[in-house]
Amino acid sequence: MPDDIAPTRHQRLGSNAGDPHSRLDGIAKITGAARYAADNAPAGLLWAVIAGAPVARGRVARLDTAAALAHPGVTHVITPENRPALHKDPDLRAALFDWKLDLLQDDRIRYAGAPMALVLAETAEAAAEGARLLAPEIEADPARIGFGDGLAFAAETVGIGAPPATAVGDVEAGFAAAAQVTEVEIETPPQYHNAMEPHAIVAQWQGERLVIDTPNQAIVMSRPSFAAYFGIPPENVHIRSPYLGGGFGSKAILNPAQILACLAARETGRPVKLVLSRAQMYGPTGHRGATRQSLRLGVDAAGRLTALSHHAVSATSSFDDFLEPAANAALNTYACPAISVSHSGSRWDIGTPGPMRAPGEATGSAALECAMDEAAHAAGLDPLDFRLRNYAETDPATGRAYSSKALRECYALGAERFGWKTRPMQPGQMRDARGRLLGWGMGTSLFPAPMFQAEARATLRADGSAVVETAASDMGQGAWTALAQIAAEGLGLDLAQVEFRSGDSELPDAGVAGGSGHTATAGSALYSAGRDVIAQLTALATADPASPLHGAGNRAVVAADGWLRIEGEDHRRESYAAILARAGRDALTGRGKGARDPAHAEARAMFSHGAVFAEVAVDPALLQIRVTRLTGAFAAGRIINPKLAESQLLGGMIWGLGFALQEEALHDRRSGRLLNADLAGYHVPVNADLAEIEALTVHEEDRFVNPLGVKGVGELGITGTAGAIANAVWHATGRRVRRFPIHPEDLA
Amino acid sequence: MTFSITLTVNGTPHHLALDDLRVTLLDLLRDRLGLTGTKKGCDRGQCGACTVLVNGRRLNACLALAAQQDGAEITTIEGLAPEGRLHPLQAAFLEHDAFQCGYCTPGQIMSAAGLIAEGADGADIERIREGMSGNLCRCGAYRGIARAVAAAAQSENGETEA
Ligand code: FES
Ligand code: FES
Repeated sequence: MPDDIAPTRHQRLGSNAGDPHSRLDGIAKITGAARYAADNAPAGLLWAVIAGAPVARGRVARLDTAAALAHPGVTHVITPENRPALHKDPDLRAALFDWKLDLLQDDRIRYAGAPMALVLAETAEAAAEGARLLAPEIEADPARIGFGDGLAFAAETVGIGAPPATAVGDVEAGFAAAAQVTEVEIETPPQYHNAMEPHAIVAQWQGERLVIDTPNQAIVMSRPSFAAYFGIPPENVHIRSPYLGGGFGSKAILNPAQILACLAARETGRPVKLVLSRAQMYGPTGHRGATRQSLRLGVDAAGRLTALSHHAVSATSSFDDFLEPAANAALNTYACPAISVSHSGSRWDIGTPGPMRAPGEATGSAALECAMDEAAHAAGLDPLDFRLRNYAETDPATGRAYSSKALRECYALGAERFGWKTRPMQPGQMRDARGRLLGWGMGTSLFPAPMFQAEARATLRADGSAVVETAASDMGQGAWTALAQIAAEGLGLDLAQVEFRSGDSELPDAGVAGGSGHTATAGSALYSAGRDVIAQLTALATADPASPLHGAGNRAVVAADGWLRIEGEDHRRESYAAILARAGRDALTGRGKGARDPAHAEARAMFSHGAVFAEVAVDPALLQIRVTRLTGAFAAGRIINPKLAESQLLGGMIWGLGFALQEEALHDRRSGRLLNADLAGYHVPVNADLAEIEALTVHEEDRFVNPLGVKGVGELGITGTAGAIANAVWHATGRRVRRFPIHPEDLA
Repeated sequence: MTFSITLTVNGTPHHLALDDLRVTLLDLLRDRLGLTGTKKGCDRGQCGACTVLVNGRRLNACLALAAQQDGAEITTIEGLAPEGRLHPLQAAFLEHDAFQCGYCTPGQIMSAAGLIAEGADGADIERIREGMSGNLCRCGAYRGIARAVAAAAQSENGETEA
């Protein structure tokens, strides 16, 4: 069993990168010293609690603010009637990452849990009781929830500003030429991020400066969004976010609690702390919107795709427009001469969805991989063989060459490790020792390898050690460690010689921790800041007649372990500290930027890939489904820290398991309220849901994605996994389930 | 109205005047004693982030009222190991990368300490997974958690680590 299998050997590339170093923030996290936002308690603090709407649609007719204010300890109740003015209309979207927010602008209710009032008190207990005492009288309208009741609309954009439809080739001709056409409809439910750390903020004003402790995935980028509501310059907003207790996309977008807490702090002149309850995280803080997807796959007699169409109806709120870009999964995964993808929207009385770990890719790949499995079976082909026949040598959407793509190696490695080749073609053929039906399924993992914009600063100090700075976000993916490793490599220093400062908006902008592009982007900035330092240091040394490196001319100068030396002449070397000392410098600062080379971005398609193999066991009497084995093999460029990357991939696969079998938000059709807005009713995987699970990596050299050769691993693992598990359920039972999550009763 | 209780927290006795009987043990530890290592994930007994040891047994501190704990001995993550040292469980969590964001981690470690003390682990990975399933980890660090607990249980039982 994998618990006994030695970890895969990893290449160590350079002095620090490639080292499976334990987390540098690990000691703080295992001793309880790590300070998350809600752990802050400045003197004079007021506690704030949001009173959320009990129905999904209607208006608040009355709130008993007098009762709340009469409760000992309650100091203020803010409602639409007395809410201080904001500098920006909460229903206006000023920037790409702005969502429309419910900030007590009126008495309308647009979703269950939307703020109706904010109660402030001297203690948490008093604030919670005050909110309860408001006893709202509601004029409720019927909630429109579900694809049947939602209002259909044509999509203008999907995801973050992406086009809603794309077509390549002649799809109708492709279907006409097909020997078989497979049609599949799949539904995916609303899912909620449920980071273990509830959304929290501690806000305080220092004159016109706003100081905020809050978990945030885009620390510097978020400043203008906060500032706009208060009419202050972005530089006046100081966000501290050293640790995020999970984000998964939900902490990249501002939520109403954050703005209301800042407003209350300004109004009262006291620091305000607002922590959402678990139940309040099902509404105002985003979620993965439901989808209804239709796929058609045309396949010729040789088992090759002739046409592929993928349409998704994505649910969103009644007032904003984020649509899960599910159908785009079909654009880049398999070779096909004619592909058409399109999206439309369905308006429900729910909080606006947003990006949640692999937004679009997770839902879309779940449906696509199920459809591929059906098409393979219809063609009489093994699912892996079918995928190999349709292997994309160039990007199907653009025809571009890949920057790198070791998917074939992933298929081979995963299949070998899993033992795939003995899989019977027909379902229902295998049983385990306990008489359970066994099934094997697979899926392809795919996630883009984007880069954003980041900046970093590196300062070499007189003693030869360095401090490197960028406002990165570590929500568990390992930025504190992997980025420090990259910085050390850029500087030619050992990791222990590098102090990494991060998680604070006063530092250079590290961009967003999202899209699995943070390590690539912020890492590139840190690396180039380090190289800038080395270039300056080299110039100092080679120009100085007293230096052993003097007159190096065109010969390469190598920086390693705190020394510069001339390549091939190892005795001609000098330590960083000595170079600085003789130059009379007590520090030397370099700057770097991280962004993609536009020429490569134009010419190449850039994705991480993988293959996931799943085994399920289904009890024939109880129909209980257990995932007994999960093997993933992934290729994501150069892996900076194999230990942390493996954890990311495993975490993603576990999300895939939750997607396939557990996660689903259920609404009461009358009130529109969630029926399972807690961790007892909304199931996420627990330790006992896991049996054998492993994530292997295949090394890729990629000189196009960025100079580091780094792609991303944060979201890759969830793609492929949900489909692989659904396909394994079919292989065990012969049942194709058209709706996620798969319930035992679906197999009856 | 105030209500007086005595609690021993991480070996230190505290005489506390509770001004509010609604205060949970979790909020007492976090907000009144400043021991913020213990986390709140749900406040409903559903996630395990708030797990502490009360008289040696694991308990969800969010489900206990502080006023009911008069006389109890409480151990939190801050008191698991002497200052400046790591408990074998903590060292094993680091070694096995048994966490990502770290938010569930204090609860996981305290729960594991309780599990091992219950003698229920038997260093059997299946039983460990079952016994640790009251502690949710949204990052999905489960394999590392199970391995870390097994390794720590083995070293506590005097066996050599695999
Ligand atoms: S906070 Fe106590 S169990 Fe979740
Ligand atoms: S480490 Fe993030 S929830 Fe467990």
